[in-house]
Amino acid sequence: MRRSDLADYALPLAVFLAMLGLWEALVRINDIPPYVLPAPSLIGATLVKDWDTLSGSLLVTLRITFEALIAATIGGVALAILFARSRWIERSFFPFAVVLQVTPIVAIAPLLLVYLDANTAVLVCAFLVAFFPILSNMALGLASADHNLIDLFELYKASRWKQLILLRLPAALPYFLGGLRIAGGLALIGAIVAEIAAGSAGQGAGLAFRIVEAGFRLNIPRMFAALALISASGILIYLIFTLLSFLLLSRWHDSARERGL
Amino acid sequence: MLSLRGVDKVFASGAQALGGLDLDVREGEFLSLLGPSGCGKSTALRMIAGLSQPTRGAIEWRAGQPEIGFVFQDAVLMPWASVFDNVWLPLRLTGASRAQSSAKIEAALELVGLQGFAKAYPRELSGGMKMRVSIARALVLRPALLLMDEPFAALDEITRLKLNNDLLRLKQELGATVIFVTHSVFESVYLSSRVAVFSARPGRVAAEIEVAAPLPRDDEFRLSRLYAQACKQASDALHAAMGEA
Ligand SMILES: Nc1ncnc2c1ncn2[C@@H]1O[C@H](COP(=O)(O)OP(=O)(O)O)[C@@H](O)[C@H]1O
Ligand SMILES: [Mg+2]
Repeated sequence: MRRSDLADYALPLAVFLAMLGLWEALVRINDIPPYVLPAPSLIGATLVKDWDTLSGSLLVTLRITFEALIAATIGGVALAILFARSRWIERSFFPFAVVLQVTPIVAIAPLLLVYLDANTAVLVCAFLVAFFPILSNMALGLASADHNLIDLFELYKASRWKQLILLRLPAALPYFLGGLRIAGGLALIGAIVAEIAAGSAGQGAGLAFRIVEAGFRLNIPRMFAALALISASGILIYLIFTLLSFLLLSRWHDSARERGL
Repeated sequence: MLSLRGVDKVFASGAQALGGLDLDVREGEFLSLLGPSGCGKSTALRMIAGLSQPTRGAIEWRAGQPEIGFVFQDAVLMPWASVFDNVWLPLRLTGASRAQSSAKIEAALELVGLQGFAKAYPRELSGGMKMRVSIARALVLRPALLLMDEPFAALDEITRLKLNNDLLRLKQELGATVIFVTHSVFESVYLSSRVAVFSARPGRVAAEIEVAAPLPRDDEFRLSRLYAQACKQASDALHAAMGEA
């Protein structure tokens, strides 16, 4: 293992484990009751004990996150391509995208709940927050193609379609993947926030609802267990997209260049 | 082959790049456009390529516009595509498949001495090799007219001299007409059969110098009287042109 790998993975892991150990020790030494602060070991045990309920909710939250992300990707990329085609469309619609972006999702969620059923409202919230980073990064990426290459395409009388496929889309790929990484985290946050606002119960309940529900019942270990799952989901999403970036870009883009070679 | 007649170019910003540019390009010659930077050489070249339109005046083609190859100052390769795919681009845009193009691509790579590098990515190549790929891409359609905009300006001296010689060899092999933009007196004289010296603001041709030495030329030519004389002539014309401005 190279030295930088050690620094990248081993050090954060060691810090994390040390914190857990400290936490465990503090709880045991001071005899803190679990309804005030549960020890990591108890949270782990709760995770196992309540796995049936929690895993169902985890799947619900993950599904909504990824559905929102897919919709945001399709919508954001399509709109960015449209923007690149026509300055007028961009001028007409971009301000609205900004308005949606700057309006806090917590404030929109209750309103959406008036018009939509809970599950759809949660999905729409997650979509709304994931949409903007994809749109803006993609638009930037499409506009960033080398102008000399654009000249070259024009010299060879390439159609706009060919220019899009062979030049603008590949040039936009690193920007898009950067947007996707941000959007992945945001979609999860959007889904969680909307779920809390919706407070939807029953079989369709996601992890956020489990936290609220456990809070009402003073089941603090389960609150922590659900929280741990949410964090883990966020980390997983980030890692997936980081890996995807690496796989797609490592051959040619400097952002994915291996260091120290 | 073509004539620029009284060509003016005024940009939307109001900047006038060219004013009353008259220039004839003869079939089969190696013409250099020599001038200080900002005098409108690139603008003239882009106009010949059809990438920009004259504000006034006209470009007349003797026998219609031929196939044109263009080489930029930077190699301008697609970083996400392999060397093979980069050279494929002009063919691909005419609708030729990979398989149909393969022989032509290999031939173009061989012309520039890059056989065996088809699978490499631009990032893995040196500046000189990238420029070779760029030249292969410009040659793959076998253009009758090759336009080069300070192609070697960003390269080191040794690489540049090597590429100068290779370019002369290619010119002889392919017989294409070449228009070569440079701000180096020595480069223009070494390569060209004719040098057009530009003066600035607005850009136009201030002097034309014939360099009578036949191809092939080699390092011997750099030591010849004719070379020295032509360099002096070109240099004087350049200074005169810059003094006027
Ligand atoms: N697209 C443009 N818009 C406005 N001015 C331009 C543009 N392109 C070039 N110019 C101006 O025209 C002049 C000539 O430019 P250029 O042809 O690039 O010169 P050269 O290639 O000889 O260095 C310069 O003063 C430059 O600033
Ligand atoms: Mg220039």
